Amino acid sequence: MSQHNPEAARSVFTDAIKLSRDTGGPVEKGDVILDVKDLTVRFWVGQEWFTAVEDMTYQLKAGEVLAIVGESGSGKTQSSMSLLGLLPPTGRATGSADLKGTELVGMSIQELREVRGNEISVIFQEPMTALNPVYTVGFQIVETLRTHYLMNPSAAKERAVDLMRMVEIPDPEDSFNKFPHQLSGGQRQRIMIAQALACEPKLLIADEPTTALDVTVQAEILKLMRELRERVSAGIILITHDMGVVADMADRIIVMKDGKVVEHGTSQDIFKRPQHPYTQQLLASVPHLAEHVGDGELEGPPNTVIETEGRPVPLSAPRTSSEPALLMEDVAIVYPKQGRRPEFRAAEHINLRVEEGEVVGLVGESGSGKTTLGRAAVALLPVREGKMTVAGHDITKASMKELKPFRRTVGIVFQDPGSSLNPRLPVGESIGEPLLLHEGLKGAELSKKVEDLLDSVHLPRSMRNRYPHELSGGQRQRIGIARALALNPKLLIADEPTSALDVSVQARVLKLFKELQEEYGFACLFISHDLAVVEQVSSRIAVMHQGHLVEVGDTLDIVTRPQHAYTQRLLSAVPVPDPDEQRKRRELRDAIIEREHLVS
Amino acid sequence: MSNDNYENISDDADRIEEAVPDAPAHDTEIPVDTNDGGELAVERPTDEADEAYGRGEGVGEGQEVLGLSQGQIVWSRFIRHRGAIFGLITITCVLLLSLLSMGIGPIDGLWRVQEISSGDVINGGRPTLSLPGIGGSEFAIGLNPFGQDSLGRDYFAQVMKGVQTSLLVAAILGAVAITIGVTVGSLAGFYRGKVDMALMRFTDLIITLPVIVLGAVLGALVGRLPFRLGAGPELTAAIRDQMPVLLAVALGLVLWTGLARLVRSEFLTLREREFVDSARVAGASDWRIITKHMLPNAIGVIVVNGTLLMSAAVTLEAALSFVGFGIAEPKISLGRLISENQGAFSTRPWLFWWPGLFIILIALSINFIGDGLRDAFDPRTKKIPSARAMAKAEKQLAASRAEYQRSKEEAR
Repeated sequence: MSQHNPEAARSVFTDAIKLSRDTGGPVEKGDVILDVKDLTVRFWVGQEWFTAVEDMTYQLKAGEVLAIVGESGSGKTQSSMSLLGLLPPTGRATGSADLKGTELVGMSIQELREVRGNEISVIFQEPMTALNPVYTVGFQIVETLRTHYLMNPSAAKERAVDLMRMVEIPDPEDSFNKFPHQLSGGQRQRIMIAQALACEPKLLIADEPTTALDVTVQAEILKLMRELRERVSAGIILITHDMGVVADMADRIIVMKDGKVVEHGTSQDIFKRPQHPYTQQLLASVPHLAEHVGDGELEGPPNTVIETEGRPVPLSAPRTSSEPALLMEDVAIVYPKQGRRPEFRAAEHINLRVEEGEVVGLVGESGSGKTTLGRAAVALLPVREGKMTVAGHDITKASMKELKPFRRTVGIVFQDPGSSLNPRLPVGESIGEPLLLHEGLKGAELSKKVEDLLDSVHLPRSMRNRYPHELSGGQRQRIGIARALALNPKLLIADEPTSALDVSVQARVLKLFKELQEEYGFACLFISHDLAVVEQVSSRIAVMHQGHLVEVGDTLDIVTRPQHAYTQRLLSAVPVPDPDEQRKRRELRDAIIEREHLVS
Repeated sequence: MSNDNYENISDDADRIEEAVPDAPAHDTEIPVDTNDGGELAVERPTDEADEAYGRGEGVGEGQEVLGLSQGQIVWSRFIRHRGAIFGLITITCVLLLSLLSMGIGPIDGLWRVQEISSGDVINGGRPTLSLPGIGGSEFAIGLNPFGQDSLGRDYFAQVMKGVQTSLLVAAILGAVAITIGVTVGSLAGFYRGKVDMALMRFTDLIITLPVIVLGAVLGALVGRLPFRLGAGPELTAAIRDQMPVLLAVALGLVLWTGLARLVRSEFLTLREREFVDSARVAGASDWRIITKHMLPNAIGVIVVNGTLLMSAAVTLEAALSFVGFGIAEPKISLGRLISENQGAFSTRPWLFWWPGLFIILIALSINFIGDGLRDAFDPRTKKIPSARAMAKAEKQLAASRAEYQRSKEEAR
């Protein structure tokens, strides 16, 4: 057990004796706690070593937040997991990582076990899967405590409740006995943080801590983490791809690309004066909210309509005489009751008009019913009440047969490009399917059309014979777009088309989308949780909250002068990739959070 | 059989490529790029801009499957599975041996005894097969390699006939059970609701039927029904001749239930996948969605459970015949050989060994193949290098590190 003086290893908080080793004694703010030199991580793939991280060198001081940013495949996660010995069996780490005098690279499993959770702890991305569903959250915190401290159960429980109070769990005594599924996503993430802080670690690794959360919840978690930073003396490594989160939290930033560190500097340096072309391009790809707003454009009253007490957003007046591409009149979509689960009204009293050739953004958090609305518009879900018209076809009560001509006029792009293509068909055949079914094209004719579509999404024609698993996420999403456009639809539903993609890929897919929209002139309902993305492509925005539209208006007005309280909260929660700007927004946002006493 | 299924998959891929023929030669003129993004290639000005893009996700794992179709990936995983390859070779050898020696149907084989008839018992009917190492000095087949039974009939010929019966039963049972199971399971899983309810309750009903009793009833029916119906001796003989086929079909009619449930649950999962929705939006009919989009994705479950079902069929047939309910005279099956000679266990044990050995060989091989297929179809299985390969790789890594250090120092 502890090779050190047990008296020195007493916990500051509980006076309990630490069982596990306490490397290097207590730390003060400003001490160097982690010194990484030439850290290299390799994987044995096929018949050769694949270098995931190459010669990484950095130092971390106590009380400092170091952000490691990069896109998927850049090695940002593996570089930190190697510190904990959490590499897969085929992975090997070399170099040196010194935690207050203890070498972490090449440590034995037994020694590592004492370090894990004790000296170094991790906050994972997905709190639902990282917490064990069959134990109460309180038990899981107590377990961590009693593994590393000599403590009786009641003292451990007391400490656990303290920790839960520290991360602002409402009613911690009661929540102690709750199971993970009884808590909301944000609360689960708070529990994870409490568990991670239980043993007063010297190093806290936060691996995409807010990626799985909605923006308003993310804002609250970031607020909590920033407050905790002041109270605990741990160094924090923040791994993320979100430049907004980085701007909010980080003191220093490491930018990684293809396993190499391309830039390393303070937050100010990286954001204001990026040197490497990759960093510049990465920052340029991040969509900014309201970045193109000129001063003179905000004149006159804002052109938005909001929901008021008991009165849904009314249908906007027609702008052109032509038939609207999509018209929803008092639409309600209901998931029927299943067994003992009561029926669920996913969307109610929806009035929305999408004019021909117009792009309307639909924004909301998860569970707000935006995807439900999109799927109903392509007749994948039945409409319970009201009337839904797509390009002149009333699809409210249409049968399968009646829907056939309607199918020609719509297309849909799904969120997850990995799941939306049949893994057993070459992508060319997936693209050609609507053409085969509706126009009966075959052979050379079909092949010509498929090639044209591939050209229009800038993919090589030879890709037609590839299978989905051979393509990258961005390429698959292009294939998804090509398929949706195959019949030249009047209405395209884009359901979070870019949220599974890296920012630079997202930027290019969005650019392509705008090009295609101009070329084909389709109307589009663009569904996204990301206001900044929607702002780029749409002329009007509809905001959805808990199954209701709360505000519909011109894009410019929504992003600059929102009228509804929820829209304001949503906007203030979006982090912007600029440290100074973000500080201003943060103060505004924290004020809103305080005012509403929201803990989700 | 399992191999046949395999080929179906690659067939599918071929057919698809036919439908979308190769591109004409002007392919390369289109300005495109093959990396993740797809900016027009001409728009990317310099090498510096090249540096501005990352390599993207899953690069490491991607290398292993680069440029392969789904079928090819499954095949390469399958042939890596030693047990499966062993099973495949064994079952092929057994099949060849029985076909070459005893022929098939009216075509005679190469073995000297084609009509099994009684004769003199030579040397107490001991097997004449001798192998160096196992009690023999040199390799010799002799007149009766597997010995003779108490009536002096050649046992090798009988066992080979029995092997054919077993394999025939396995194949027919597999085909019947897969057809019914896949149909019921896919309809129930695809339509859910009332269809699912009706089909699954029917499945539950079938599950309650005891297989042994069913086999016994069938055996009795085949024995007595022709007399009751007053059929002539020719018809009676014809029915008896077709006994293995009848038995296999009857067993297939009750053994599809497990497969139906598995296919149903697979379909329930697949139904939620977005490519099914996108096919529906594209206007595909239910038939097309089931056959073109969902069945190929469920092929793993079907193939794996089909093979396991067939290996169970071999033992089940032997068990039924052993208790006297399965294959009856004049057809020979491995189970019947054991059953008929059970009295001779202490005096002529070889009458037990040979049919037993072949039952084990067949059932084990099919099981191994099924196991290999399950691993091959499971996308989560990754190739974990052996400890030896890892050690070798590490040595190589150490060497390259050392070289790198040296070159670095030299540069200084």
